[in-house]
Amino acid sequence: MTEILLAFWDGALGSAFAFWSATLVRATPLLFVGLAVALAFRAGVLNIGAEGQLLLGATGASVVALQLPDAPRLIVIPLMLLAGMTGGAVWAGIAALLRRRFGVLEVISTIMLNFIALALLGWIVRGPLQEPTKVYPMSSPFTVAAQWPFLIPGQRLHLGFALGLVAAAVLWYVLARTALGFRIRAIGLGARAAASAGGVQAESLSARVFVVSGALAGLAGASEVGGVTWALYEGLSPGYGYTAIAVALLARLDPRWVVVTAVFFGALEAGGASMQREAGVPAVAVQIITAMLLLGVLALARWQQVRAARVATEGA
Amino acid sequence: MSAPAALSLRAVQKRFGGTVALADASCEIRAGTVHALLGENGAGKTTLMRIAFGLVQPDHGTLLRDERAVRFHSGRDAIAAGLGMVHQHFMLVPAFTVAENAALGGTGRFDPAHAAARVREVAQHTGLTIDPAARVADLPIGAQQRAELVRALAQDARVLILDEPTAVLTPAESDDLYRWMRRFADDGGTVVLITHKLREALAVADDVTVLRQGRTVLAAPRSAVTEDALVAAIMGLDAPLDAEPLPSAESSAEIVFALDDVTWTDAAGVARLRNATLSVRRGEILGVLGVEGSGQAELLRLLAGRLAPTTGRVTHPERVGFVPGDRLHDAVIPAMSATENLVLAEAGRLQGSIDWRARAAETAQVIAAYEVRAAGPSAALETLSGGNQQKFVVGRERGVAPQALVAENPTRGLDVRAAARVLAALRAVAEEENGAAVVCSTDLDEILALTSRVVVCFAGTVTEVAPPSDARDRSVYARALLGTAS
Repeated sequence: MTEILLAFWDGALGSAFAFWSATLVRATPLLFVGLAVALAFRAGVLNIGAEGQLLLGATGASVVALQLPDAPRLIVIPLMLLAGMTGGAVWAGIAALLRRRFGVLEVISTIMLNFIALALLGWIVRGPLQEPTKVYPMSSPFTVAAQWPFLIPGQRLHLGFALGLVAAAVLWYVLARTALGFRIRAIGLGARAAASAGGVQAESLSARVFVVSGALAGLAGASEVGGVTWALYEGLSPGYGYTAIAVALLARLDPRWVVVTAVFFGALEAGGASMQREAGVPAVAVQIITAMLLLGVLALARWQQVRAARVATEGA
Repeated sequence: MSAPAALSLRAVQKRFGGTVALADASCEIRAGTVHALLGENGAGKTTLMRIAFGLVQPDHGTLLRDERAVRFHSGRDAIAAGLGMVHQHFMLVPAFTVAENAALGGTGRFDPAHAAARVREVAQHTGLTIDPAARVADLPIGAQQRAELVRALAQDARVLILDEPTAVLTPAESDDLYRWMRRFADDGGTVVLITHKLREALAVADDVTVLRQGRTVLAAPRSAVTEDALVAAIMGLDAPLDAEPLPSAESSAEIVFALDDVTWTDAAGVARLRNATLSVRRGEILGVLGVEGSGQAELLRLLAGRLAPTTGRVTHPERVGFVPGDRLHDAVIPAMSATENLVLAEAGRLQGSIDWRARAAETAQVIAAYEVRAAGPSAALETLSGGNQQKFVVGRERGVAPQALVAENPTRGLDVRAAARVLAALRAVAEEENGAAVVCSTDLDEILALTSRVVVCFAGTVTEVAPPSDARDRSVYARALLGTAS
């Protein structure tokens, strides 16, 4: 038992390397997808397709990196970000369109699009973007210009994490302090009242939020290929897009707390991997912890609701 | 009252949070009769019958089945006692067949053949044509309703409670249903018909009970009451007039609201409001009366700029305060704070950042000015009672447009003090700000006490009713509401 916990500790937080190069590196994609899910949920859009949007974002960023092997870093990296956002936005846009035009529930469409994205990526790395020897199901490695800079010498923490922190700060400010953010929160909590009392165009706003949420998830993909793998391949995400739901819910959909929960889940992932390597415990154990945490958070939220309702009745 | 009572409810009271749903409601339902339970929406009809069926527990009052006191803890108890209820929104599983739906709630083994046979037997016995093997989702609305009836009857119901059963039916289907009810009662069954369709109810009922604002205001055999008397009871026309109404405006005063030959057609192509023409000037409050679903909801939303006319011209100020009838869905977001709900009224047109501290100060002012009992600007609106929520909404909407306000049943469900505060705020729009207001209410007293002029909606048409020479004579309103004005 001690051995297992030690392995977990060593992998997640036990050393500077574990923290900066394992935990935070794994927290980076979780930060982006966590923000994506938090934003969508705030608007009442149940986007559970962050996984697919992440994969499309990774594809978009990879196309740029592979097409511009000789361009300078200052041009390639911004274009990778843009392409990553576009890929995720397009993938989410399909679900947004299905919802607006045909009333297809986004819970269904986004989860299905996840599978389509995975299959699409499988084809891309065996077809149009496969490396020249045509042996491995992956793209050529990126040139140095497309490899995102590290933040700390000797550690693997890269530019993506810093961008994620900026995204969290911007998202928090927009949601908490601006009229646009207020409209987004209003349609999430009461779309009818927002439309009737406030004249908010709830349908079109939720579609736009959906697309922006997809763009954020797309950034997770861009950041993975640009900052970690330096190539596009199928097993890019161990399910970050699904963990994102836990990240966002544990943070109670608050972008500031998403930073904390993303690092927390990053530590779990890093520790879990180390546990499996060093102590032979299946990484599934980490998923069990995740699930228990999530249930705990949901139970707590429900309990608070019930308590608020009771206070309301007694106060009447 | 020859036949014994199959079902009696006596002095029933029920509160939901801060709202009084039933203040003192009683109802004696004789066996072998069709009993019409009448009243406006929100009068408490459905709540009373949900109590009879065990779905809601009363705070006070007694329930008798075949003149023996009973207590139903759930619908299951009521079914065991021979009651059946068909809700306004059907409670069928669409993917199941009629027979499977009828067998729901049964115990022991499910035998499809037996369930189908039971449906066929009930259908044959009571003259309801239905195919036991048909999937409910594939059936037209009228047949779905028969499936509901068959289900209740298959569970041996002898007292059927039907909540607005004709709301979804075509006139021909309604006629069939009424004929069926009559036959069922003649064969010894008992029907309670909850409705606001007065004429149809009168054509079939043996007895009537009228609820208004949670109280039984009339209970009599059908033969002992006239249509006018019933409308008077439903709308509260028999109450004395006690307040001085607002005078009409000078014809030179500026027009604030106007409809010019306006028609509004819904998505299904049904004209909900036809060729309406009216105007409201500064210093006036226009009262709107109408039985639920007569076009007044559309009229108010057109005037408030919440709906665009299909044809015709609507005049209204750029900003109009609007107090909708369904507060919790259309006016406020219960989970948000009072401050956020204040800002909600401007949500669509605000740009840039929001200074929440300044907004909280504004909210505190509204809370104080309208005597809203709330813990403070940051209190979630769901922690306020209904009356305090409504005072807050009225205060907010007056802030949006001090001189133009449209209000839909603004005092429904409020206690006397909260209602008085809301009415005073509406009156201030005309009297203090020299603006104009339009108020719809189901309470004629309130309308007559508050408004300068009255229009009545009937089946989508809007007619102005000139005040009668004798202010106590209210039959003119009753006739207009029924569409029998000369």
